[in-house]
Amino acid sequence: MQTLRDTLLVFENQLRFTFRYKITIVMGLVQPVLYLLLFGPLLTKLGDMGRPGDTWQTFVPGVLVYLALFGAGFCGFGIIADVRSGVIERLRVTPVSRFALLMGRVIREVAVLLVQSVIIIAVGLLLGLRANVLGILSAVILVVLLGTALAALSLSLGVALKSEDQFAPLLTSATLPIMLLAGILLPMTLAPTWLDVLSRINPLRYIVDAIRDLFADRFATWAVLEGTAVSVVLAVVCVAVGMRTFAKESA
Amino acid sequence: MTMIDAQGLARSFQAPQGEVNAVRGVDLKVEDGEIVGFLGPNGAGKTTTLRMLTTLLRPTAGTARVAGCDLLSDPVGVRRRIGYVAQGGGANPAEVVANELLLQARLYGMSKSEAGPRIADLAERLGLGGLETRLIGSLSGGQRRRLDIALGLVHRPPLIFLDEPSTGLDPTSRNQLWDHIRGLRDELGATVFLSTHYLDEADALCDRILIMDQGAILVEDRPEELKNRVSGDAVTLEVAAADVPAAQDVVRGLAGTRAVNVTGQTIRFRADHSSRSMIEIMRALDARAVDPISIQVDRPTLDDVFLTLTGQSAAATSARAA
Ligand SMILES: Nc1ncnc2c1ncn2[C@@H]1O[C@H](COP(=O)(O)OP(=O)(O)OP(=O)(O)O)[C@@H](O)[C@H]1O
Ligand SMILES: [Mg+2]
Repeated sequence: MQTLRDTLLVFENQLRFTFRYKITIVMGLVQPVLYLLLFGPLLTKLGDMGRPGDTWQTFVPGVLVYLALFGAGFCGFGIIADVRSGVIERLRVTPVSRFALLMGRVIREVAVLLVQSVIIIAVGLLLGLRANVLGILSAVILVVLLGTALAALSLSLGVALKSEDQFAPLLTSATLPIMLLAGILLPMTLAPTWLDVLSRINPLRYIVDAIRDLFADRFATWAVLEGTAVSVVLAVVCVAVGMRTFAKESA
Repeated sequence: MTMIDAQGLARSFQAPQGEVNAVRGVDLKVEDGEIVGFLGPNGAGKTTTLRMLTTLLRPTAGTARVAGCDLLSDPVGVRRRIGYVAQGGGANPAEVVANELLLQARLYGMSKSEAGPRIADLAERLGLGGLETRLIGSLSGGQRRRLDIALGLVHRPPLIFLDEPSTGLDPTSRNQLWDHIRGLRDELGATVFLSTHYLDEADALCDRILIMDQGAILVEDRPEELKNRVSGDAVTLEVAAADVPAAQDVVRGLAGTRAVNVTGQTIRFRADHSSRSMIEIMRALDARAVDPISIQVDRPTLDDVFLTLTGQSAAATSARAA
């Protein structure tokens, strides 16, 4: 109960900064919307790309995962300033649980991601995406789990590195292969065997494929099961890592 | 109750050029209601000690009970009962003063309605009145420092750790802070453990002083005792030219005088401090019919103590290294 209250307190505080800098939410949306508008139409000529479901049912899930990766995945950048100004250390002396200190920030990222996802799905629907409500809702749950995992991981990386100069190059060089190996832009069904096999070490691949199945109205598939399992495990592991980092003295 | 009871507290860091033993086995006891000053040159290990006692750093050796809770097994209990103002502060420059104070109060479990009057009172006492709506990043250095202090005190902790609280404060704010710290002890019974480089501050404020150097506590005592221990009073005696040899004889003949130094008509020496020593000197001079032109007695300052102690230890280290 206390933890819930404290989490909300940190969340509320963080959210105020989000509202103060609304521009960052809008900026975060520009790229995914551009992908939808300027890249999506190219794919419609490709047909089903070896997957069940049409082009938009394959492509919009990729954009959602892209959004999580490049939005929540980069949120650790912002905590570095708080480490440097002593804010994090000040919070760590309070009796507030480390879980609340972490999750208050994670939930803010997830809330932003949620709003952005709704916008992306709406734009997708306008462009010709067909998906039913249940599919969209379950897809959003997977996106939320992924966002939780990536935000927690990114925050602990920021706290551990304590330097924007290290954080930025490390993350940009890590996210590109992660994005390519997840089959975000084009599905891995188009890939040669070696690439398909290689992409299976990337947890994001399972999540994209699960969301694709959900959008295509296919609920009882291996991909959905795998994607759900992967996102739950990923979220639990990353939050645990994040809590450790927040509890550690280097923070 | 003993508010801080530490035994063998030690902390080392792995640095690229080898291990740094920042704190090497500190024992300390602070009783309820004491104001204790923590002095020592840069790099002595004061901040590291404070960070261990406030649960931020895990000691590499040793144990401590802080505010009745074990540091290692009940860190949350410790956190609930202490307030900490870090040397570098901890206010968020992107936040507004009032919001930051409210957040801090609420993180310590206060409700909004409880926090309001408490914050207003504290802001008033620490000279933050009128700054509530300002962005923290836009405050002056001293205003920012006062806010840091307010953040550490807003929940009225029974045990307060202040790491160089008065750095950057003007004389008025410093006096205000001293009054406030005394008030915390006198009115709320708080215990205060503060580090400082201002010896006059330690002297004016602290019941007891610890001097740390190179990770170890060199001495601890009441300010008065420390001064007595080191040097005694500095006495400057001026006599007529003809009286100089006689006066010098008298001074050298008295018990407890040393470091006698004569320049022209002025005789300088150190004398053990006692409220009667001057009377004895005057009587002895009288007996030899010496009539002093002037006599001045200076109590040693903590600066003398500090320089003598830490200077000695620095000399000892370089001797060891050689
Ligand atoms: N995280 C760290 N990693 C490596 N060395 C450290 C670390 N923190 C402190 N030290 C070293 O430990 C020693 C003690 O530092 P500390 O900050 O406790 O000194 P201090 O007495 O507070 O000094 P000052 O008066 O300058 O604030 C110094 O030599 C410092 O360089
Ligand atoms: Mg220090």
